[in-house]
Amino acid sequence: MQPKEYQQLVQENLPPRPIAKNMLWAFFVGGLICALGQVVLNIAKSFERTKNEAAAVTLAAMILLGTILTALGVYDEIAEKAGAGATVPITGFANTVTSAAMDFRREGFLLGMGAKMFVIAGPVIVYGILSGFVVALIKSLVLGLL
Amino acid sequence: MQYLIAFLVGGAICATAQLIFDTAKCSSAHVLVGLVCLGAVLNGLGLYEPFQEFAGAGALIPVVGFGSSITTGMIAEVKRLGWEGLFTGAFEITGLGLAASVVFSAIFALISKPHR
Repeated sequence: MQPKEYQQLVQENLPPRPIAKNMLWAFFVGGLICALGQVVLNIAKSFERTKNEAAAVTLAAMILLGTILTALGVYDEIAEKAGAGATVPITGFANTVTSAAMDFRREGFLLGMGAKMFVIAGPVIVYGILSGFVVALIKSLVLGLL
Repeated sequence: MQYLIAFLVGGAICATAQLIFDTAKCSSAHVLVGLVCLGAVLNGLGLYEPFQEFAGAGALIPVVGFGSSITTGMIAEVKRLGWEGLFTGAFEITGLGLAASVVFSAIFALISKPHR
């Protein structure tokens, strides 16, 4: 059998992904994380001066939460069921950073943990900044800020 | 009510991401990068800030909000500093969380071992 035929056979016989079930899990877990984030945001709003500062503190607090849950091994258990419900919130971003730091620590502190901490989260930061830069540049020019 | 809206909106964003991930059969990195860029573009069109006003953490916490926050920070810094803000602004809102994730991750990598 040719590799291509084999691939096709495998594709045909794979169980279909339980799309509706996956979506429900993602909805509930993602929703719960966001509702928890709202609790943090309301607390942050009460002592921070500006909206942006409250947002920054909320993001940092949720990142700390994601880091702790990852270190305890809880987050990966949640992520297995919740899929995008665990990876899309900012806690999932923290999860990728912390698990990379923990995994690559044994390759050394400099070239292991230091170099590979952002091995999964990196693309999000890089393309976030690139797209943000382009958008902010255009917007600044349109609004006449530059 | 605020909490319910955050729950519903945040949940809907995650469920949509899961649907894209399952049907388009692309990697989760593609989905996450797509969402970040979407956040930046929606922010540029002036759509994300009113949305975040309405949905609160439901719009801030998903990674879409991360892209939007980067852009918001840049515009805020451009208003304050001029062109330099296009560069310094990237971390205006997100920098606290990014540095926190480096510090906390390093600490926890020191004191705990991988679970699998």
